[in-house]
Amino acid sequence: MNRRSDPALLRGLTRARLTRRHTLQAGGAAAAALALASCGVGGQQRDPAEDGNYWSDKERTGNLRWANWPLYMDSERTQIQQFTEATGIRVDYKEDVHEAPSFFGQIQPKLANGDDIGYDLMVLTNGFELAKLIELGYLVQLDHTRLPAFAEYAGEVYQNSTFDPGNKYTVPYASGITGIAYNPEYVDREITSLKDLWDPEFAGKVGMFADPQEIANFGLLANGVRPGESTPEDWEAAADKLREQRDSGVVRSYYEQDYIQPLTTGDLWMTMAWSGDIYQQNAEEGTNLKFVIPDEGATLWTDNLMIPYTSKAPVDAIELMNFLYEPEIATGLTEYIGYISPVPHAQEVMAEWADAESDGERAEALREMSESSLVFPDEGDYQKLHNYVALPPDQQGEFSSLFQAVTQS
Amino acid sequence: MNRKITPYVLVLPAWAWLALFFVVPIGGMLSLSLTTGNVVTGFQQTFEVGNYATAVGTYWEQILRSLFYGACATLVCIALGYPMAYWIAFRGGAYKSTYLLLVLLPFFVSFVLRTISWRFFLADNGVVLGTLKNIGLLPDGFAVLNSAPAVILGLAYNFLPFMVLPIYAVLERMDPHLVEAAHDLYSNRIQAFARVILPVSLPGVFAGVLMTFIPTSADYVNASVLGGTHNTMIGNVIQTQYLVNNNYPIAASITFVLMGLLLVGIFSYARALGTEKVMEVHA
Repeated sequence: MNRRSDPALLRGLTRARLTRRHTLQAGGAAAAALALASCGVGGQQRDPAEDGNYWSDKERTGNLRWANWPLYMDSERTQIQQFTEATGIRVDYKEDVHEAPSFFGQIQPKLANGDDIGYDLMVLTNGFELAKLIELGYLVQLDHTRLPAFAEYAGEVYQNSTFDPGNKYTVPYASGITGIAYNPEYVDREITSLKDLWDPEFAGKVGMFADPQEIANFGLLANGVRPGESTPEDWEAAADKLREQRDSGVVRSYYEQDYIQPLTTGDLWMTMAWSGDIYQQNAEEGTNLKFVIPDEGATLWTDNLMIPYTSKAPVDAIELMNFLYEPEIATGLTEYIGYISPVPHAQEVMAEWADAESDGERAEALREMSESSLVFPDEGDYQKLHNYVALPPDQQGEFSSLFQAVTQS
Repeated sequence: MNRKITPYVLVLPAWAWLALFFVVPIGGMLSLSLTTGNVVTGFQQTFEVGNYATAVGTYWEQILRSLFYGACATLVCIALGYPMAYWIAFRGGAYKSTYLLLVLLPFFVSFVLRTISWRFFLADNGVVLGTLKNIGLLPDGFAVLNSAPAVILGLAYNFLPFMVLPIYAVLERMDPHLVEAAHDLYSNRIQAFARVILPVSLPGVFAGVLMTFIPTSADYVNASVLGGTHNTMIGNVIQTQYLVNNNYPIAASITFVLMGLLLVGIFSYARALGTEKVMEVHA
């Protein structure tokens, strides 16, 4: 211990060593000059037109590597077992997607080089990263003749997204609502409006999301603007509205995805929240958190299945995509994850399961879920749900900076 | 082998390491900080010095705040760490190593987890504040989490051992006869401390300051886990610019601005403290 933290060593950290320092400086300058001369980072765009006959020579391999978000399938991987049973394809399932930006940062350099990213199929939320992947030409165009179950069972909303019109590159895995959650132990009135998030009565007890797109949506909706049709002027106004909320002291902090615990302990009384999180929390921990779609509207986001162009098993991947749209499979998946299924028919199947189930507890849980508007929103709910702002990558920077200036104060 | 060459050969791996993993990447970063473009079309080298103006113009507040938080955390570390090191060095007796191990023990837990556990600790109705509120020592609305003090406390907690260890190392090696001599020359305990122990320990404090101030100023975990509104540090901005916005040029220029400021700060601090002289005396 003594030797290791010898003061002489520490002194060496701080003391001038003239000759060596000069040498090092010279070396550093040379390296810097080299780097400067070698110029920036090259363009990384791929031309997807090369993929015209992409599917013609692809065959099933029997092995599929799939990257998904954590807790997005039960621990027995029931749906994968069913898939393997039905098709013989083995699936290597990895819960490797934790955050869209960092996952993008991890796969982007490999995709730019044309290297295998280690996954043949992956799940990403609609958002800037997905838009970039499409713009960069990194995703395989889906062959819809191989997706009959999708055509038959996917709900209308899920076949008409703004972020991937015509489902050219992606099909939904699960969806969720970004709305308001509150803890009735602390909030003694019914929350119905986005205005409640601006109410000084809740000073220091309101949580907002740090994600620029999520928080922008709420600023826009609070101003009565539909995110999907917003203009740059609307963004400015929304940022001002959110800044006003922040500076009035209402906002406690801006959260990534760690808002549940403060909401249950009372650090937060009310917060922006994802429907499935609240559903799971109440179902598993017996808490009584409320989730509402505010009168002004909320947003519907979608996690999507997609195939990177470096995939080694695209046929296996698209077979799995199709398989997940079989109503029985979709229902089983929904039962575990508690998010919205892109297969509306799952609601009926779930109700049937509840009737047929002999285990009273599970029957109860299934019945409750099949009737929950958090998992199966009705027509009226969908009326109030909006798509995200869809932006080409060259406008994303400006948009993000505007709202990061609010959240990163 | 030639005696003159031997030291250079021995230091070669370290040099190679530095060249490969420090000089080359930092050259690349410098180059990147002068580019323009975006991740889709690529970044072209245009020697855009304006990136630095943008970085400073947009984020001066976060930069200053980071230096301020770093300085506060460093002061807290000195206030807590010096007595700790002093006590272990002079009163630790046979259990010195045990005490040092205790100081280091939190390091066996992941940095992020350590910080997150402060959230439970500082929660409005948690073990500390909740208890104090229950016995009426604090008003109901009192909160610490998601504020500047929470961030500074988190930083100080996470980097405390970096202050304790160098101070301890200096004090532990100090000749106890120096203190006895001071007493023989009729100094009281305070005088002995102020005129003998403190000057001898200054190089340790100096090293401790370097090892806490630099990482705390650049930290982003504490601000993002324990901070609230108006607590963003420059590390958070760099992380966002790099990972979320993929705006590499701005991220790189902020990095260099921060590095420049830290270097200037450290050198003026070294000069003001006359550390070189202090060290020569001690050596």
